Amino acid sequence: MEKAEHHIIVQDLTVAYGSNVIQHDLTFTINRGDIFIIMGGSGCGKSTLLRSMVGLLPPTKGQVFYDGLSFWSAEPEEQKSIMRKFGILYQGGALWSSLTLAENVALPLQQYTDLSPGQINKIVSLKLALVGLAGSEEYYPSEISGGMKKRAALARAMALDPEILFFDEPSSGLDPISAHLLDELIIELSNSLGATVVIVTHELASIFAIGNNSVFLDADTKTIIAAGEPGKLLAESKDPKVINFLTRGEGRAQEMIR
Amino acid sequence: MGQKAELTLLRLSDAALTVRLSGDWKLGRQLPQGEEFRREIESQDTVRRITFDTKAMTGWDTCLIIFLIHILEVGSGMQIPVEKDGLPAGVQRLLALASAVPERKGVRREAERTFFLDRIGDSAIAFWRSNLEMLGFIGEATVAFMKLSFGKARFRPSDLFLTIQECGAQALPIVSLISILVGLILAFIGAIQLKIFGAQIYVASLVGIGMVRALAAIMTGIIMAGRTGASFAAQLGTMQVNEEIDALKTLGISPMEFLVLPRMLALFLMMPLLSLYADLMGILGGLIIGVSMLDLNFMEYYNKTRESVHLNDLWVGLFSAAVFGVLVALAGCLRGMQCGRSAAAVGEATTSAVVTSIVSIVVAMAVITVVCNVLNI
Repeated sequence: MEKAEHHIIVQDLTVAYGSNVIQHDLTFTINRGDIFIIMGGSGCGKSTLLRSMVGLLPPTKGQVFYDGLSFWSAEPEEQKSIMRKFGILYQGGALWSSLTLAENVALPLQQYTDLSPGQINKIVSLKLALVGLAGSEEYYPSEISGGMKKRAALARAMALDPEILFFDEPSSGLDPISAHLLDELIIELSNSLGATVVIVTHELASIFAIGNNSVFLDADTKTIIAAGEPGKLLAESKDPKVINFLTRGEGRAQEMIR
Repeated sequence: MGQKAELTLLRLSDAALTVRLSGDWKLGRQLPQGEEFRREIESQDTVRRITFDTKAMTGWDTCLIIFLIHILEVGSGMQIPVEKDGLPAGVQRLLALASAVPERKGVRREAERTFFLDRIGDSAIAFWRSNLEMLGFIGEATVAFMKLSFGKARFRPSDLFLTIQECGAQALPIVSLISILVGLILAFIGAIQLKIFGAQIYVASLVGIGMVRALAAIMTGIIMAGRTGASFAAQLGTMQVNEEIDALKTLGISPMEFLVLPRMLALFLMMPLLSLYADLMGILGGLIIGVSMLDLNFMEYYNKTRESVHLNDLWVGLFSAAVFGVLVALAGCLRGMQCGRSAAAVGEATTSAVVTSIVSIVVAMAVITVVCNVLNI
């Protein structure tokens, strides 16, 4: 059976912490194979939206559909089976600190497959090699650099060959070269695995380099104020907030200088 | 040292009020207040614009900007235009920067004054919620234990063995020290009173029954609360801060089974063994006092201890220790899992874990003592 083109549908989603509404009435669609960017200024609720999309924060209203299945209306077992399609790269990597890199990548495989330890070891070595960490199996997260942690976390996110990869600020804390290499890696993996990629970021270089669709969240109106391909948004958007963001605030800087 | 900062207000024309700033406008110096300016401008209704003259100003820093913001606010409040041309270029840029991003609507948080009854109500609701969370956690832990008994719980055996090593073997030195000292203290206090009646041999009974039935379990429980319970809370709290627990959840792995269960199981298994060891160490402490101060010999002390301490006492002690083990693990893991996402929250979780553990140990001991008394054990 051919799968629907719409991989993820977010419908009328409102996310809040207690009575503090972070974003409201968010509606957008992510197509299969898209590299979809959720962008916006710091503190506008991008990561909160991501937490709600991956099942960590129940929304106060609205739904998230994966292949037509509503995540938040599903039974816990159904939710688990939807979550098995996810690979998530957290902002700080979130590697389990008491486990080696190999054990970090192996854990999802041990939990969800009946593979023998030998086969798991081979897969672990391959995944680590794919992110440029061949030979680092026995290191603990505390013994490696920030960039290596991000890459190891990416290897773990890819362990089960997920259909959807979520990235929360993948370039944060990385130098420009490491950030660029990570962007290239994301494109490469997305193309070769055929995965849908959802990225929360405010890094302009990444947004233009890898995104083929996007939404722009606004902290003042607490909702989406622009959507579309990032390059097109830059060329066609009339919204000053979007333009300022996508031009690194240079429009406003020019005004100030004048 | 620079010149004193001075403010002079001049009417160079009918419509303009010129603010002349001279001297060194820097932090740490005595500076003119903006109130003088406010009084001046409010007393004259013919002012149509405000200008600046800073030719005589020798230096400036943030305090000048704060003073100028005050002037801008006064001017804007009275709808009098303020011309910034006379200010140094750097000051103009900083003023522009300070007002470039306007305050977001609703972002300011006012200090709320809550009434006494409101605070009582809020505390009661928070207490109720905290109890519900605790009950939920105990329920989840029970389910995890049941899964374990059916062989369905998913955790890494290596984690269990590592935790057993950390809270078992590695705790022996501190348990030895504290238990010997408790035995010594108990024997010493008893000896002073019992010697008066020539009944010093009963020091062996006092120490033996006291340690085996209650004190070894309580002291081990308190040591484990401070050592292991706090460590559990800090470990899980830090995992919460680093999103490691989120990573487990989104992978469909239950943190309760993967993180909490091995810790609870390890303490449940180790506490009775540690308590048994503490019994022996406490009795050894009593023996040292008996032999060195009360002229008892080793065999006398040994025989009196054997005669006084019954198997029931041992079972009560071991049962209490197992209960304390579960309580300490529950409190440590509960507080760790409830931890917020900041370094301060980890500290609070650790403190709270120790307090909860110690309170629950004392309450549980009281309940066990009453129940044993009623059942005549």
